[in-house]
Amino acid sequence: MTDEASISLVADAQPAAVEEPAASNKVAQPSFRERVLTEIIVVTSGKGGVGKTTTSASLACGLAKRGKKVAVIDFDIGLRNLDLIMGCERRVVYDFVNVIHGDCTLKQALIKDKRLDTLFVLAASQTRDKDALSTEGVRKVLDDLIADGFEYIICDSPAGIEKGAHLAMYYADRAIVVVNPEVSSVRDSDRILGLLSSKTQLAEKGEAKVKEHLLLTRYNPRRVTTGEMMSVEDVKEILGIDVIGVIPESPDVLSASNAGTPVILASDSDVADAYEDAVSRLLGETLPMRFVVEPKKGLLARMFGS
Amino acid sequence: MGLLAFFRRQPATANVAKERLRIIVAQERTARGGPDYLPTLRRELFEVIRKYINVDPDAIQVHLEKEDGHEVLELSVALPEKKATVAG
Repeated sequence: MTDEASISLVADAQPAAVEEPAASNKVAQPSFRERVLTEIIVVTSGKGGVGKTTTSASLACGLAKRGKKVAVIDFDIGLRNLDLIMGCERRVVYDFVNVIHGDCTLKQALIKDKRLDTLFVLAASQTRDKDALSTEGVRKVLDDLIADGFEYIICDSPAGIEKGAHLAMYYADRAIVVVNPEVSSVRDSDRILGLLSSKTQLAEKGEAKVKEHLLLTRYNPRRVTTGEMMSVEDVKEILGIDVIGVIPESPDVLSASNAGTPVILASDSDVADAYEDAVSRLLGETLPMRFVVEPKKGLLARMFGS
Repeated sequence: MGLLAFFRRQPATANVAKERLRIIVAQERTARGGPDYLPTLRRELFEVIRKYINVDPDAIQVHLEKEDGHEVLELSVALPEKKATVAG
């Protein structure tokens, strides 16, 4: 697979996915003639601790739940964490850098999820060598995943704007910018949006633009109502891009990470439902935003409730 | 706790956050893509102006505008009011 060919495949991913005829659902494996189209999605934010890994894990699970073949890659070299959130930390034998260095095959390094058949995790290396990743190395791994028939590749970016973050976004077709309704996170997101429009392969080629979406996390509708927290509209207005999901602030996120279960798989959870909605929107559905309005409470509940 | 929280509300600061962000984001967007020397140029201009007039750092705006084929470096300095100068 040459560089050129794989890129045009990727660029075509969206329209083809939408126009996919219902009949093709019956075909279990795509034939050689109708190659699977791959979309590379970076989950990024600039600021740390806003929920990039939580989001990467949940989006990957959500897509896999809908039968998509998904690989989720941890780009945070030196600070591996996606494996913990996915609950596969004890099954990491080889990592991303091992694949790039040729210490193992990609197949050996991909960790198959125990819950979802079509979901695979590629762990970050724990090396302290910052230059372990290279543009060519990353391209090679992405090309191999594309050739292997993966439909979605989720790149979980490290915080910051250094090399790891740059490489995570470089080959992206689409970007999910995770943002908290809080000043430093919003400002950093704008910085990341600037990089997405200049330091990605699509931007450098000048042919197409990386599709950008905001995903708000730790949203607290009650505090928005009382004017203590910026609203979805405020953040959208400042950053000027569309919102693909709003995830409410919830103890469920910590419980899920404690257990090593991506929060989208939690039962009876607003957070899980909000992530499911975001996955649907990613697949082209139009849905109203849920969990952005404070649920009505009686006076007594407000006074004595938690 | 519930009763206390009911009477002691946090102040509504979301609007302040929004306004501050609107300004800083707009400022950083104009600097983005511009030449790397702009922040240094702005700082040095500020030092020179400060020798003569007591202005705030945010009173000085440096913009590089691209207009069909040529670039315009625009410098604007908001001078303080008389009263403010006396007080400062």
